[in-house]
Amino acid sequence: MSGVRVLVGTRKGAFVLTADGTRRDWEVSGPHFPGWEIYHVKGSPADPDRLFASQSGGWFGQVIQRSDDGGTTWEPVGNEFRYEGDPGTHQHYDGTPRPWEFTRVWHLEPSPTDPDTVYAGVEDAGLFRSGDGGQTWQELPGLREQKGAAWQPGAGGMCLHTILLHPADPGRIIVAISAAGVFRTDDAGKTWRPVNRGLHSEGIPDAGAEVGHCVHNLTMHPSRPDTIFMQKHWDVMRSDDGAESWREISGNLPTDFGFPIGVHAHEPETIYVVPITSDYLHVPMDAKLRVYRSRTGGGEWEPLTAGLPQEHCYVNVLRDAMAVDALDECGVYFGTTGGQVYASADSGDTWAPIVRDLPAVLSVEVQTLP
Amino acid sequence: MIRVVLPAHLRALARVHGEVSLDVVGPVTQRAVLDALEARHPVLRGTIRDHVTQRRRNFVRFFACAEDLSHESPDTPLPEAVATGAEPFLVIGAMAGG
Repeated sequence: MSGVRVLVGTRKGAFVLTADGTRRDWEVSGPHFPGWEIYHVKGSPADPDRLFASQSGGWFGQVIQRSDDGGTTWEPVGNEFRYEGDPGTHQHYDGTPRPWEFTRVWHLEPSPTDPDTVYAGVEDAGLFRSGDGGQTWQELPGLREQKGAAWQPGAGGMCLHTILLHPADPGRIIVAISAAGVFRTDDAGKTWRPVNRGLHSEGIPDAGAEVGHCVHNLTMHPSRPDTIFMQKHWDVMRSDDGAESWREISGNLPTDFGFPIGVHAHEPETIYVVPITSDYLHVPMDAKLRVYRSRTGGGEWEPLTAGLPQEHCYVNVLRDAMAVDALDECGVYFGTTGGQVYASADSGDTWAPIVRDLPAVLSVEVQTLP
Repeated sequence: MIRVVLPAHLRALARVHGEVSLDVVGPVTQRAVLDALEARHPVLRGTIRDHVTQRRRNFVRFFACAEDLSHESPDTPLPEAVATGAEPFLVIGAMAGG
């Protein structure tokens, strides 16, 4: 029977949760790298036994770990993220110029076809690529040429947190940066352009600016790579032309502030968000943890509450902390800042915690195993 | 023989137990000791000093002989007791955070 492997990054280590296709009984391993912040763990679609993990901390900086046996053993690989040339400055919170400085890797995106190729989105915002399994990293510096001097950090830092690789066109990459917006390349990273037309952000001086939007997360169904869904600081958005233009699909959501956004493995118009009260109150509205699902590609949303706490709940769900599996009945997973990882084996209709007391969850990814 | 004591996180990363003993050729300075440490354990590159600037990371400290040597020039000779191996060179994760 096929199964799933859930890769969880937390404030104090990584955890690997595994189950068979019923997704009822779970084996928990970890913490791996105890005491370190694990911003992201993700497996290679081309070789599911190959995993990459971003391990970092305020004391000792960045380490990249790689596993070639599905997370049983790990080896550190390259951790030198050197910007190409003189990266110059970006804006600091107070508007003053600040030199570009590497802090950490937020997101690792393995190639869909080559297990040795993996991309890393970093803070201060940049995109790096490794073609040797993470041993060495090279920046794709053309991205910073898109008004990088005008970018400024969001509250979490100036991070490149989302990387969408086109499933069939290796030249197209779409990334998102807080708080700069969405950028696209069609030549494998040589040249880039901002693709934020239709975004409206009242928190910036020019609400429709070309760059400066605080995009929180993007997702895409691999069968429809031109359709991209976005959770922005406020607003849930979609594009049907490869991010060239965006329209709002918040519809009847009780609040359209939030961090993650996910898409069903088999229904490209079924999407999930976790609404959060507001930009100044990062807790669920009315203290009820509710995932909202739209089966119409946005606009019309329904709350999913079965098995989720509906009182006294004050956790958050961070931008990389939601994922789906690809079993026949799609599984949906998310982790909270309170250390719970919830799973639904029925497309979100009902939920149960896999674990309740992990450190704050930073990221959740899922592998569907043969 | 130079004796180096690493903090727990870096011992785990380098997979060492107890002190690290190093041979250092020439003057025994912070830079020479860290160069030898990183040559022995390449995984520590970037964790104590920045890859590019070679500056000590903000929350790392260097102690020896009951002195804080963190702000000394990396090319200043370390105390004789460190050079002879009588005292260890301590790499410390600063008290910060939780």
